[in-house]
Amino acid sequence: MGNENIISVNNPILSVRNLTVAYDHVPAVKDVTVDFKKNSVTAIMGPSGCGKSTLLRAFNRMHELYENIETTGTILMGDVDIMKMPTIKVRRRMGMVFQRPNPFPTMSIYDNVISGYKLNGIPLKKSDKDEIVERSLSDVALWDEVKDSLNKKGTFLSGGQQQRLCIARALAFNPEIILLDEPTSALDPIATSKIEDLVVKLKENYTIIMVTHNMSQAARISDYSLFMYLGELVEYNKTKIMFTNPKDRRTEEYLTGKFG
Amino acid sequence: MENKNILMQADHSRSRLMKEKAFLWIVVFFSVITISPIILIIWRLIQKGIHQLSFSFLSKTTPDAFEAMTAVAAGERIPGGIVNGITGTLLMVALAAIIAIPTGLISGIYLYENPGKRLANLIRNVADILQGVPSIVLGLISYLWVVRYVTQGFSALAGSVALSIMMLPMIVRSTEETLKMIPITIKEAALALGVPYHKVILRVLIPTSFSGLSTGILLGISRIIGETAPLMLTALGSTAINWDITKPTSAIPLLVWEFYNNPYMVDMIWTSSLLLMIIVLSFNLMSKQIGTKRK
Ligand SMILES: Nc1ncnc2c1ncn2[C@@H]1O[C@H](COP(=O)(O)OP(=O)(O)O)[C@@H](O)[C@H]1O
Ligand SMILES: [Mg+2]
Repeated sequence: MGNENIISVNNPILSVRNLTVAYDHVPAVKDVTVDFKKNSVTAIMGPSGCGKSTLLRAFNRMHELYENIETTGTILMGDVDIMKMPTIKVRRRMGMVFQRPNPFPTMSIYDNVISGYKLNGIPLKKSDKDEIVERSLSDVALWDEVKDSLNKKGTFLSGGQQQRLCIARALAFNPEIILLDEPTSALDPIATSKIEDLVVKLKENYTIIMVTHNMSQAARISDYSLFMYLGELVEYNKTKIMFTNPKDRRTEEYLTGKFG
Repeated sequence: MENKNILMQADHSRSRLMKEKAFLWIVVFFSVITISPIILIIWRLIQKGIHQLSFSFLSKTTPDAFEAMTAVAAGERIPGGIVNGITGTLLMVALAAIIAIPTGLISGIYLYENPGKRLANLIRNVADILQGVPSIVLGLISYLWVVRYVTQGFSALAGSVALSIMMLPMIVRSTEETLKMIPITIKEAALALGVPYHKVILRVLIPTSFSGLSTGILLGISRIIGETAPLMLTALGSTAINWDITKPTSAIPLLVWEFYNNPYMVDMIWTSSLLLMIIVLSFNLMSKQIGTKRK
């Protein structure tokens, strides 16, 4: 959009145009336009409160559940406006993983993985269920750890395992995009590095958009980085370029630790 | 400044220790006063009620005045039992629960979902006011509505309506409070899977708060089991077993009141009260059990 700090991407999987999100008429995301590349990891960075979560949650239309939130602008998946898709379809194509692991406390590990089907009342054959559970848990490198305790409650797992279970729950729906909102901020370093390895592996089959306020994490695992400040998209580039040669003074100050 | 403080503390440490000891004894003293009534009540009920407790007490209906008088005159155990009261309590409490539980759950869910709405505030205030209404007044209301216009006579239904109004506010508020304790992240996890809102409530929120909801319901039930006043004006009482909700019906607390008024049946008060106490306590314990199970 004529802004040299913001690159364009060919054949984007997700295109955001002039997106503004306001809480009680106060905008928290301001006129953001950005394209996301397929099969890549994009990190959304910025100081706390700059609107990262708000932006991410706009993508799968979480905001429409709250009356005080107003969203304007367009979001396209391919060439389809997500506002014109049924909600369930949008959310099936974009899985979401939250800051704190949130497996369903009443469900077993097995049921947590297929909870998207169960809760939506989508019937599955037993063999299909077994296959989805094994595939999803293997994808998050959890299968070997839990294959003998699939009937235990998901909440019995450690924090890192719970978070991988939550990623498996999102993968079970075969999404195209996975949205992660600071998925490691509640985890210890070992669990964090497991999730990071997982994210890098998952981009072979999925597109990852991940909020992080950890710069080194963004540098380690992302292909593209997006820097936000006070609700605005300040800079968007390949991660390598952004970290070595930031174009905007605010990006530079953030990356050198002057604030945030 | 700091040194001075330490010195002063040392000076006061002796008297402080004494104060602490005295305080401890006061706490113990009042704790004993608090728990002694319940222990005394249970002890007294067992002592006076146990000898009437038998299979026939639980399986026979209340004796008529003449039978009781003859038995007392002959120095024998009073014949008959309170099965008409047990079945009546069962019938009316179950019916009250059938009315109050769905209504209370739905209103509680509404309050949770629409905390700021005007109707929600109205419901919340009405529930709080209802909780303070004397039970005899609820009996009177049910008399005016149900006894006079619906069943055209004293009936189990009228008793149940009075009891259900009593139970309702407890379920409404406990439902709202329990749902509020579920982390919002659990709800969002389901919504992010595309689950429609009503299914999130039915399949995620309610199962997740199941133990809290059952605790509220069991406490509500234990609260109404022992109610006498509203039943006097509505269910009236009956000496026979009755399962017809449009007919007068007995209940254990009603029988206690009747036995009290009959000099030859006074002995049966204790056994009936003992039974009532056991039932109420077991509901209380059950709700505590479920309450502690949730981690
Ligand atoms: N539910 C909400 N209601 C009102 N304001 C909110 C809400 N959520 C976030 N905000 C505000 O929107 C801004 C952006 O928040 P958020 O997107 O959570 O930031 P980040 O994820 O970058 O820390 C902040 O100023 C925050 O106070
Ligand atoms: Mg955030």
